[in-house]
Amino acid sequence: MNYITKATLMAGTIIVSSTAANAVEIDYWQYIFDTRVAAVDQLIEQFEEANPDITVNHVTFPYADYQTRVVAANMSGNGPDVLQMFYGWTDNFVNGGVLQPLPTDVFPTEEIEADFFPIVTAMKRGDDYYGLPTAVRSLALFYNKDLFAEAGIDNPPETLDELVDYASRLAVKDSGGNYTTVGLTVEMGGQDHQWWREVLVRQFGGEPYSADYSTVTYDSEAGLAATQWYTDLTTKHEVGYTGFMDEGQAAFRAGRAAMTIDGTFRLGSFRDIEGFEWGVAELPANAEGLRSNYASYFANGIGAGAEGEELEAAAKFLQYLSSPEAMQLWLEVVGELPARPEVALTEANLADPIYAPFLKGLEYAHTTTFVDEQAQRQVTMDMANRVFLQGQSVEDTLAEAAAAEQAIIDRAR
Amino acid sequence: MAVTDTAITTPLPFARIKPGRIVLWTVLFIGGMLMITPILFMFSTSLKTAGQIYDLRLIPQNPTLANYIEVLTEAQFLRWFLNSAFVAICVTASNVFFDSLVGYTLAKFRFRGRMFVFIAILSTLMIPTEMLVIPWYLMSANFGWLDSYWGIMFPGMMTAFGTFLMKQFFETVPDDFIEAARMDGLNEFTIWWKIAMPLVTPALSALAIFTFLGNWTAFFWPLISTTSKELYTLPVGLTSFAVEQAIQWEMIMTGAAIATIPTLLVFLALQRYIVRGVMLAGLKG
Amino acid sequence: MAMTQISPQSAPRLSMRMRRAIWVWAFLALPVLFYSVIRFYPTIDAFRLSFTNWNLMSPPEYIGLQNYREMFASAEFWKVFRNTFAYLIIGTPISLFLSFIIAYFLDRIRFGHTFLRALYFLPFITTASAMGWVWRWFYQPAPTGVINSVLGAVGMGQLDFLRSTTWALPSIMVTAIWAGLGFQIIIFMAGLRSIPQTYYEAAKIDGVGDFAILRKITLPLLKPTTIFLVVFSSIGFLRIFDQVYNMTTNDPGGPLGSTKPLVLMIYQTAFNSYQMGAAAAQTVVLFTILLIISLLQLWILRTR
Repeated sequence: MNYITKATLMAGTIIVSSTAANAVEIDYWQYIFDTRVAAVDQLIEQFEEANPDITVNHVTFPYADYQTRVVAANMSGNGPDVLQMFYGWTDNFVNGGVLQPLPTDVFPTEEIEADFFPIVTAMKRGDDYYGLPTAVRSLALFYNKDLFAEAGIDNPPETLDELVDYASRLAVKDSGGNYTTVGLTVEMGGQDHQWWREVLVRQFGGEPYSADYSTVTYDSEAGLAATQWYTDLTTKHEVGYTGFMDEGQAAFRAGRAAMTIDGTFRLGSFRDIEGFEWGVAELPANAEGLRSNYASYFANGIGAGAEGEELEAAAKFLQYLSSPEAMQLWLEVVGELPARPEVALTEANLADPIYAPFLKGLEYAHTTTFVDEQAQRQVTMDMANRVFLQGQSVEDTLAEAAAAEQAIIDRAR
Repeated sequence: MAVTDTAITTPLPFARIKPGRIVLWTVLFIGGMLMITPILFMFSTSLKTAGQIYDLRLIPQNPTLANYIEVLTEAQFLRWFLNSAFVAICVTASNVFFDSLVGYTLAKFRFRGRMFVFIAILSTLMIPTEMLVIPWYLMSANFGWLDSYWGIMFPGMMTAFGTFLMKQFFETVPDDFIEAARMDGLNEFTIWWKIAMPLVTPALSALAIFTFLGNWTAFFWPLISTTSKELYTLPVGLTSFAVEQAIQWEMIMTGAAIATIPTLLVFLALQRYIVRGVMLAGLKG
Repeated sequence: MAMTQISPQSAPRLSMRMRRAIWVWAFLALPVLFYSVIRFYPTIDAFRLSFTNWNLMSPPEYIGLQNYREMFASAEFWKVFRNTFAYLIIGTPISLFLSFIIAYFLDRIRFGHTFLRALYFLPFITTASAMGWVWRWFYQPAPTGVINSVLGAVGMGQLDFLRSTTWALPSIMVTAIWAGLGFQIIIFMAGLRSIPQTYYEAAKIDGVGDFAILRKITLPLLKPTTIFLVVFSSIGFLRIFDQVYNMTTNDPGGPLGSTKPLVLMIYQTAFNSYQMGAAAAQTVVLFTILLIISLLQLWILRTR
């Protein structure tokens, strides 16, 4: 009880003191990811220097709870003024009154659409934009150069066939038949579900969804071929399996996975790797040379609770977060690609052996519109697991997955 | 079914050591060691470096406290530890006070509505916490209790189990004591606090131990009701820490060890009371 | 007392009673408020919400029995229902059997009794979420996991544990049994100790063997203890959450939902998908099961 009184008193003092000092305090929320937290800390420092009358509180939560936290805080009226959010949550957050549209005087629509990569339209509802990204992410193939050299392989795979060939040569098992090194991490729960949806299904000649993402269309010949190819990685070619060392990225970090498909956001944590050299390559093309990629981003939006001078300060901060300057810093600290082509597609970036594969990926990337990302990811995980763990046929598991995902989409719409 | 101290510490009489006894003892000892193997491995791994964790020796080759230093400085374990302690102590104090007050009132006063109140309180034993979580969450959101110590604590401030336990014990307190105190002009609160309470200290300590342990390890509601890292309790903080660490098992084991050490120390110091408390609570409850 | 001097004969008794009633309700005021607001109101509220489509974002709308219809029609619910009962029906007998055996023999040990008892009791005071991670590590495939590394070292095949739809649930259940065993052993020992020695002595004089004593005297007299433990342990398994949540964070309740218990489903429905109405309906199911178990217990104790 005493605590509440104290908290109320404290809250009271904050309000009083902040108005007295004529400074605006705003809350910025994002989830915990070391490099992102570090980047935002630096951005806040620079922003506060330029705007001494605004103080930005940086609040972070574990990713697993982040959405819940936002919704809960919104209910209790303590929501953030500016928040980082996955583009796929937009529907939920807009419908739930978590976000307010960006003020058009500060963020004119034409300017947004001229200055950002086209995937920014995923933040548009009606005529309003509800957020702007600082950075975008795409997928690429990470490979362990030391393991490649040991196996006598000079270059990363260019095609899917090469990928399978290399991966099975790179996988190592001990005398007991247990993997000690996997050739390629096979893990739908990681980024493979995106790879399968937007890349493999297309490379095998299909479309994962209808154009507006309201209908599942991967239950097709192409989808079947893609799923067969994917599950064969484990069941036929034995390049690795789901759950090896608990997580694919952890296995790669430990030097026990020769290849893994992951996103730009993993660069920061892979940079700490000391035991071996690694490289990045574009996702392999299919036999006809067709490539695809999945791009996604976290956008920054303005919380519904911000009003008056807080709203003004929030807009100002958001403007700074999506400025070319912030994007350059984000690229350096987090390793994610700038959301403005003018900052992203510079000659220096395109010559960078690490950024180039991701940037090339952006040119042909697709962005899935999720209604419930966790649930949809779960569908894909279960689809693969039914084959891996229960030996279900690929036809059946694909049909089951398509039905389950369609049900999730229908329920949400 | 009163369990007295002697009943626990005095073993059954037996004549002399037979070979069968030695076999039995050894089997029980091996079983007991198996029981604590996970705990031993947890401590052992927490003292190893990342490179050594595949070495499954129980005694680490070059034990190091580096993990502890890193975990305690980098993560907010100390804060979570204090949060857990604060929450558990407040809830325990509240339970000891209110559960025994209500238990005493129901045991020692005859008044209209007594049975009704008793049955009503007892019936809440049948309501699972999980059912109340959604309404509590809504309530917390409306009153601004989410993400506060009070928000973590309020659901457990009184329990039907504790009330029932205390009522059982107060019923064994002779009415004469209370009548005599009334004759002396003491008011009812003082009679309860000064006369009746000291007579049921074993029950009080049992209640306190149970409530404290339950709240120290509580996971479900703190997971739901806390929103900021600063307010996590130890179990919730540990989970978020472990997820962030991916497979750095030596770090996760260190975190788990930090969460375990306090209860371990308390147990080693108070084993007799804790075991007796569990027996009392289990048999009366 | 001051009052007895001023008031007439009957008045003090009445006012004494009045005063005592005031004391009673003063003592009970906060508790009654607490139980009404924090226990009874939310219970009613959970029932009410189970008839709505409340999703946290928009105001709840009354939709009748739709949540229940959808729940009972969903294969996932029945799978979770089966899982929950698998935890209960396999976990309860195993843990009771083990704890009785251990208590029965531990009770006869004098040398190092406290020490042995402590070994068995220790897991009970650990934190389930912390130990969930320890066990998860134990269950990893080689070279990470302890159990599989040992199996590999002695030349045996690997066990899939948490990666198998068959073995993941038993693997998690072992963790829960392990954590609860100490408590049950202590309670059983208390029950054993409360059986009067004279029964045993009389039996010994009559020349009854150990096993017959166990069957004819010990077990029947332990019935109340056993019933208490059956109910206590059943309720514990019905509400299993901490272990599952912590041991399957990569694929909560997986693989393929094979370890998902009711409470995890409630958590996900409410706090991941924000379908509060549907989640409330699931809690009503949990409530009903617990109610049936509690009533069964009352009924068994009554006919005893």
